[in-house]
Amino acid sequence: MTEILARTVEVTRTYGSVTALDRVSLDIHAGELVGLLGPNGAGKSTLVNLFAGLRRPTSGTVELLGGSPLDPARRRGIGVTPQETGLPPALRVGECVDFVRAHFPGAVDRGELLDRFGLADLVKRQIGGLSGGQKRRLAVALAFAGNPRLVFLDEPTTGLDVEARHALWDAVRDFHAAGGTVVLTSHYLEEIEALAKRVVVIGEGRVLTDDTMEAVRGLVGVHRVTVTVPETPDLPGVIGVEREGDRTHLLTADADALVRELVLTGVPFSGLEVRPTSLEEAFLVITGREPQPA
Amino acid sequence: MSLVLTHARYQFLETIRVPISVIGSSVFPALAMLFFVVPFTGDDAVAATYATGAMLVFAVMSACLFTYGIGVAEDRAQPWDPYLRTLPAGPLPRFTGRILTVMGIMTIAIIPVLLIAAFLTKATVTPLQLLLGLAALLLGSLPFTLMGLFIGYALPSKAAIVVAQVVFFPMAVGGGLLTGPPSTAPGFIKAIAPYLPTRGAVELVWAATTDFSPALLSLAMLTLWVVVFGGLAVWAYRRDEGRRFS
Repeated sequence: MTEILARTVEVTRTYGSVTALDRVSLDIHAGELVGLLGPNGAGKSTLVNLFAGLRRPTSGTVELLGGSPLDPARRRGIGVTPQETGLPPALRVGECVDFVRAHFPGAVDRGELLDRFGLADLVKRQIGGLSGGQKRRLAVALAFAGNPRLVFLDEPTTGLDVEARHALWDAVRDFHAAGGTVVLTSHYLEEIEALAKRVVVIGEGRVLTDDTMEAVRGLVGVHRVTVTVPETPDLPGVIGVEREGDRTHLLTADADALVRELVLTGVPFSGLEVRPTSLEEAFLVITGREPQPA
Repeated sequence: MSLVLTHARYQFLETIRVPISVIGSSVFPALAMLFFVVPFTGDDAVAATYATGAMLVFAVMSACLFTYGIGVAEDRAQPWDPYLRTLPAGPLPRFTGRILTVMGIMTIAIIPVLLIAAFLTKATVTPLQLLLGLAALLLGSLPFTLMGLFIGYALPSKAAIVVAQVVFFPMAVGGGLLTGPPSTAPGFIKAIAPYLPTRGAVELVWAATTDFSPALLSLAMLTLWVVVFGGLAVWAYRRDEGRRFS
């Protein structure tokens, strides 16, 4: 069993009457590249904020590197991305990096870090004058400034063009290949697919699915077959049913076979539509029907 | 300790690179020196010394109210602030760094006033009086520091700007900072001044630099202001921490 770098045990976090996380237990092992996936408001950010020591759980425990995330010494081993809109505009890129590095005894070399994220030419520029993409790259670079064992990357490539996005993915892969642990949150399926080895889907404050990328890819193959039928026929291969007015949505892994079966039943149907479901959609429907042990 | 200096250094850099905030704190008192003190009392050594003391308090109050009040409120609104909380440091370096930064700004704010007093008026102090005066100024800045922190932690930044400005002017005028030596101030100012912290602060500076003997009432009120705003600042800080980081 590899070392557990961070974990939550039965963590619940509420904001007033809103439950952001509901008895979530999650282990992050050394060397993992975990993708946290879920719609906005699902609880991803709350989970990351708990690990980073920004919030306390309402109940349950959060552990980081063998201690409490509220202990600054534990946080020497992690790196977090700030929101790029908040970077201090008056500071120069090099100064901002130096400022963050000063907090970590084992910080990485400034020049090396800036090179890694394509920021070397910008070292003397004031942050306020950078483009949105440059700020985003700087924000991600800051997460790596302290030479962390574990980084939390929150929507790291939002707003980047394709080239910059791939360069950043390469930097994340290099960090992981050298033994680093990454927790990546995104609501972009593409980004999670490109990077993560393990995928945790969060919805309505709960862990809906926690599995390898391969297993998750199988689920992405789910299609949605929509028809207008008087009553829902009983068909093989249907893994989820949703009714919306007179329309019936059937979720299936094999849309072709399902349509063939539908025709053979002789049920009068109209308005046949077949389209791939999004990962989130598939998860929410599937796990809503058959809750997985979280 | 090195983290405190790191935070102080970068906060100072951030402040100084938006020079208008520093200029505001130093130009206004300097202009008041040039327009009011130099022509009207510049030739009277005693009156000029009193006026210089008042302008120093004016400069320090402005630096405190604006740098703390608006600075803290603006920082709270930025996502950079929660990011800093994820760095391996407690709240102390940031807090102490801010206090050092404001002291730096205060120093910059009072230099023009001191220079104008020295070269363009007959105001005189002995080196010891100067030193005592600066110490008194530092002590007298305490209620405004706490007031600024309270404003910054209790209010959103747009409100903080307005409140700092609204508080600032009556404090300066009511405390008698703009009406010359204490004996020549208009009656209503004589009546209200002892109850304002500006008066207690300036009396400390006058006592250090002239043969003025401070009134017990002013000093007692100064202490009361420190206690009240100390309590309010702590309350606002805790409330803010609890709201954002619980």
